[in-house]
Amino acid sequence: MKAELNEQALLKGLAQNDSKAVETLYKSHFTMIQHFVENNNGSFDDARDVFQEAMIALYEKVQLDSFVLTCQIKTYLFSICKHLWLKRLHQMGKYSSPLNAHEESISVETDMGMFEKKEAAFAIMNRALNSLGEPCKSLLEGYYINKKGMQELANQFGYTNADNTKNQKYKCLMRLKKLFFAQYNIGD
Amino acid sequence: MEDIQLLETIERYLSGEMSSEEIIQFELTRKNTSEIDQMVVEHKLFLHQMEAYAQRKNVQQTSQQTFNHLLAEGEWSPLELELPKYKVIQLWTKYKKTIAIAASFGGFIAIFTFLLVMYLSPSLNGTQLLQLSKAVEVIKKNQQVQGHLLNEVKSKVPENAKLISGGSGFLIDTKGFIITNAHVLKGDGAIVIDNKGRELNATIIYSDINNDLALLKIEDKDYIQPKSIPYTIRHKISDLGEEIFTLGFPRNDYDIVYGKGYLSAQTGYEGDSNSYQIQISANPGYSGAPIFNNNGELIGVISTRQKLIEGVAFAVKSTKIFEVLNELKKDKKTKGLNLKLAKYTSLSSAGRKAQLEQLKNYMFSIRSFD
Repeated sequence: MKAELNEQALLKGLAQNDSKAVETLYKSHFTMIQHFVENNNGSFDDARDVFQEAMIALYEKVQLDSFVLTCQIKTYLFSICKHLWLKRLHQMGKYSSPLNAHEESISVETDMGMFEKKEAAFAIMNRALNSLGEPCKSLLEGYYINKKGMQELANQFGYTNADNTKNQKYKCLMRLKKLFFAQYNIGD
Repeated sequence: MEDIQLLETIERYLSGEMSSEEIIQFELTRKNTSEIDQMVVEHKLFLHQMEAYAQRKNVQQTSQQTFNHLLAEGEWSPLELELPKYKVIQLWTKYKKTIAIAASFGGFIAIFTFLLVMYLSPSLNGTQLLQLSKAVEVIKKNQQVQGHLLNEVKSKVPENAKLISGGSGFLIDTKGFIITNAHVLKGDGAIVIDNKGRELNATIIYSDINNDLALLKIEDKDYIQPKSIPYTIRHKISDLGEEIFTLGFPRNDYDIVYGKGYLSAQTGYEGDSNSYQIQISANPGYSGAPIFNNNGELIGVISTRQKLIEGVAFAVKSTKIFEVLNELKKDKKTKGLNLKLAKYTSLSSAGRKAQLEQLKNYMFSIRSFD
């Protein structure tokens, strides 16, 4: 019962992007993934990448209103890592079945479908932001990601007042939206 | 101008900043103008995507930082990353003849270049350069100041020894190996002082006057080995204009000082290819201090500054450190040292304050005595 409570607290922490919770997850589960990846044609760096993606997947799942975790965090993280690593092995043409794994895992197909869709949208936004160039990129990130106010941004970028900053932000935003929607499809 | 106001209104509407009357008003406009209605729907979708982007970006960052932090603490050990050796041997047998011919050519060129360099290279004496090692008076003065404070702690400098020079240095191996400038070590013996003011005995292992680099090893029972070193030493030449920073002990042995600047030339004084020119205010005592780039990679070691031009200093390139380490491997006496450099820079995504908080534990003030 106590363990279950701890897991709930951890997930709650993760949902708020709390570094303590993230640290605990890394400390308790990374070694398992490291062994799994290193035993299956991968390196330490591969394990790092796969685990990080799994953390994001878990984070995004926790964010959902309909969120329920039907298994232990450990099992869930392992299942995602296994899925991701299999996919990567496939892409590298290195796939050799069966995988060397001693942990139990569950099917994460549905979750991964959702994860990939979000990942694609993230990549499009990332590309769009990067091709904006400076100062547009930092200005929009400052406003939308770091939630800074216009005056603060004016000070940071050296605009004489908040109105000029607003003007610049508007121009940048229009460019970004154009770039983003040129690639983004709602349907699939 | 109208568009910009419209967008602002839409953003206020979507973020719930409107009063209830404004909302009624705006929703009416929305109903009557299909264009505005479309804009609202489109912008809502966009903001939603932006929020998802922001969240994922933040989690990614936390995750990366946590990982790097734990790795630096020694939570996990990656498999050894050494290159497989057999490849080198295969190539060697295959190209033995070619290498032999190339080497003999190389020999001639080396002798020629050596003579040319001897002829052209700037000699330190009487030029415009100033070594940044601490003058003895400064050290003496600081000692007097510290005198009453530290009376109860006995200095590890031998009683009859004369302090000659001093500077800064930094760890490259957890076993206690420290790099500094050769000119910082003018005497035969040395002690190092960590950023908490603790004195530790050290021996001078190697000194390369041409490259102005030296290697010390802490040999003291009070030395506490860190689990790992959080920075790597850069193998490649750094870019012009790269932002850099340093940590050293220009003032005294216990106040670490941070400085920031940029790489202003890929060669040093009078085109010296062993060093960089950097723009940073460097004072005596910074000699031997490390230069880091924003990623926390070590790219050089401060050594001299130009006498008359304020802010221009020179730093030995990090690639020279590898040359020194290779020399060590050739020497019988030092072959067995088995230095292990860090394989990961764990400070790349940390903010500057966090970087410094970590780094200062690996910096030392150095004093040399006869």
